[in-house]
Amino acid sequence: MSSTTNYILGVYDDEDEVLHAVTAVKAKGIKVEDVYSPFPIHGLDVAVGHARTRLPIAAFMFGTLGLICALSLISYTMVFDWPINIGGKDFFALPNWIPVTFEGTVLFTAFGLVTTFCISNDLWPGNKAVPLDIRTTDDKFVMAINVDKNKVSAADIKKALKDSGAVEVNVK
Amino acid sequence: MAGHSHFSPANVEEHFEFSSEGKKRIIYAFIAGLAALLLGIYLLSKGESGGHEVANAGHEAVKAGHEAAAEHVSGGAVSHQASAEEHYDWTNRIWANVWLNAVFFTGIAVVGMFFVSLQYLTKSGWSSVMKRVPEAFPKFLYITLPILIAVFIFKGDVIFHWMHHGVTEVGSENYDKIIAGKSGYLNKSFFLIRLVVFGGLWILLWKMLRKKSLEEDLNGGTEYFNQLVKIGTAFIVIFGASSSIFAWDWVMSIDTHWFSTMFGWYMFASWHVTTYAVIVLTILYLKDKGLMSYVNENHLHDLGKFMFAFSIFWTYVWFEQFLLIYYANLPEETIYFIERWEGHNKIYKTSEILMVLLNFFFPFLVLMTRDAKRTRLFLKIAAFMIIVGHYIDFYQMIMPGVVGKHGGYGLVEFGMVTVFASAFIYIISDELTKASLVAKNHPFLPEALHHDI
Repeated sequence: MSSTTNYILGVYDDEDEVLHAVTAVKAKGIKVEDVYSPFPIHGLDVAVGHARTRLPIAAFMFGTLGLICALSLISYTMVFDWPINIGGKDFFALPNWIPVTFEGTVLFTAFGLVTTFCISNDLWPGNKAVPLDIRTTDDKFVMAINVDKNKVSAADIKKALKDSGAVEVNVK
Repeated sequence: MAGHSHFSPANVEEHFEFSSEGKKRIIYAFIAGLAALLLGIYLLSKGESGGHEVANAGHEAVKAGHEAAAEHVSGGAVSHQASAEEHYDWTNRIWANVWLNAVFFTGIAVVGMFFVSLQYLTKSGWSSVMKRVPEAFPKFLYITLPILIAVFIFKGDVIFHWMHHGVTEVGSENYDKIIAGKSGYLNKSFFLIRLVVFGGLWILLWKMLRKKSLEEDLNGGTEYFNQLVKIGTAFIVIFGASSSIFAWDWVMSIDTHWFSTMFGWYMFASWHVTTYAVIVLTILYLKDKGLMSYVNENHLHDLGKFMFAFSIFWTYVWFEQFLLIYYANLPEETIYFIERWEGHNKIYKTSEILMVLLNFFFPFLVLMTRDAKRTRLFLKIAAFMIIVGHYIDFYQMIMPGVVGKHGGYGLVEFGMVTVFASAFIYIISDELTKASLVAKNHPFLPEALHHDI
């Protein structure tokens, strides 16, 4: 988060309160940037209006890549480069390859997904987290509103947050 | 969560009305199936089977060489083929179809009980909104179990090689050393004992479960739930053993010389996923009638996941059975697949390919995305195709061993499945009317109504 961004933070004590507050604040035409919580809250992503994750699509693509890689490697080694007669079977013995192909698909999917997840969430090794409010790692719930992205005035936003049950309203 | 329906279970009972128009429609379907069946039987007696076999006749000469080669490899199985030929009579195909349908629909009926028991054993909440649907299925056991018993007693020697005359008598011209060695398990009285005892236990436990479940509707209270957990647990233990035993008895012992340690799982997997498809179709039918509005897309999503997951589970078991046999390449084991792939003038090859397409690739690709599992149309298509695919799966398990090259898809097959399916729909619809569609005093019902994934 760059320091030039203009945030108003509503701090809440309870996960139920913040969940209802999101709906109440949004009802006043205010865009909610994000909500920070020590633990996942059921239904919060829907209330904030986040788009659904596209990780499943990435999973399918990584899986397909793994399938192609595994089949290519096995067929190159077992059919073209160094064919070995095993029990008189065809060199292209597809049923024998399925377990390894399956493992290759799963391996590519797993590693691909973890990597994609970390990159898309800025979670690479050594990266420092910059919490808007350090207490969201303990017992507080924070609703962040980006003033620049809202047409509603800062004063009105602060009032809306207070009305929705925020115990504190901070500017950052 | 806000936005969900404000359905209050305490004061709502929902009843499915089995209208006279609906009854009429199913009876017409039954009659149409019966007519097709009788016509098919007439054609069979004349030596035709609705065209399929005729088309294959031309290829016979070409394929004969192939088959001879296959049988040469398979050693011990030659005697099986030969003795099956000696016993063949045109009525065999009718009895094979009765057996096929009875086994298939017994599976759907009993897995309904298995599903409800499993939900109680795991104390699952989400399924309590729709548990009345699978709970009604075991009623059909009253039809199929007697059919199985009757066919076994009167026509068992048509279905099972091990029941042929003299196969276990030393000195008889039919004497078969391998089958004689299995006769301690595969004999008429022990088979019947297993069938009656386990089948009886299934029905008994279902009746107990159903009774408690209906009493819970009237009185409420968690003691019913605790009793139902016990009944469910007892059933799972019994079903764990009996599903495997019946897989060996009813289906695997048709190919008496052959055996597979995966067969119990394989057949159970096929039954299991079929039942999920039937549950989904039943719920969607009821929803289309405006009932079960409290079953929302989240519950359907879970059922879709079950169909998806157990289609893959079936594929895993089916393929694993195939892979081990393919890899080890032992003649007495490979005969099973050779028979289906290139035996009997290759009439079973198309079904074998179609089955894998319908049971694996189709549900795998259609049900993969979240949206598909939450969309009624996709669920309906996938569920229907899964049922067709697994019917063909059972066809492939039973037919080659019983009728061999006399098999095919004719009027007998289509008529018989229509008769059984319409009887199943009739009995289950009737059973559904006997209880409220929502188990209104189920302790987990509030949780299920707020199910959100």
